[in-house]
Amino acid sequence: MGARGETWLWILQRATAAVLAGAVLVHLATLVYAVRQGLSAAAILARTEGNLAWLGFYLLFATAAALHAGIGLRTVLREATPWRGPSLDGAVLLLAVAIAAAGWRAAFGLFA
Amino acid sequence: MSWPARNHPNYWAFLLHRMSGLLLALFLPLHFWALGTAIEGAARLDGFLRWTSAPLVKLAEIGLVVLLAAHLTGGLRLLAIEFLAWRRWQKTAVALSAGASLAMGLVFLLNLF
Repeated sequence: MGARGETWLWILQRATAAVLAGAVLVHLATLVYAVRQGLSAAAILARTEGNLAWLGFYLLFATAAALHAGIGLRTVLREATPWRGPSLDGAVLLLAVAIAAAGWRAAFGLFA
Repeated sequence: MSWPARNHPNYWAFLLHRMSGLLLALFLPLHFWALGTAIEGAARLDGFLRWTSAPLVKLAEIGLVVLLAAHLTGGLRLLAIEFLAWRRWQKTAVALSAGASLAMGLVFLLNLF
């Protein structure tokens, strides 16, 4: 990947970080609230089923997290191992898409 | 780089950000897969939630919350260093990040039990 591509990945990593900063704060607050309620399926589903705002939040959250994890893993692998080039880029892209898909599946599961 | 050059709060902050990021990236697919599978019915989800009330799993959850909070505060510190001009308070930012992460873990712990 050329310098232009690397720059875009750097920007994308910061942009997703900014989205995640807000989303993780909401997630941590929800976690504490949920365990206070005693963490039951009924309580969780009552919050999320049919709720478009939560669906939108989780879809955005999962997408940003998947991209951020993929780019971060690529950076760590390039620094810690000799792995480079299209095979690495393809592998982390595949991983990011798989993580995003698993996240969307969970988000739609909570919604419907 | 020699060890003395690395034994510095900002290096430790870098290392913690790397390690927490790596562990969270490994946890993320498991989290989504488990949630996506458990969500297929309220009974199944309740069964999964019962498993999460085991003491060891609770301990792991607290660890995950601290990791997530550490990666969040460490990331905010990084964004501030990269995008804001003034850099003298870097060490203060490291201390604030560490404090906020541990406080988050404690809040979760106190509410979990």
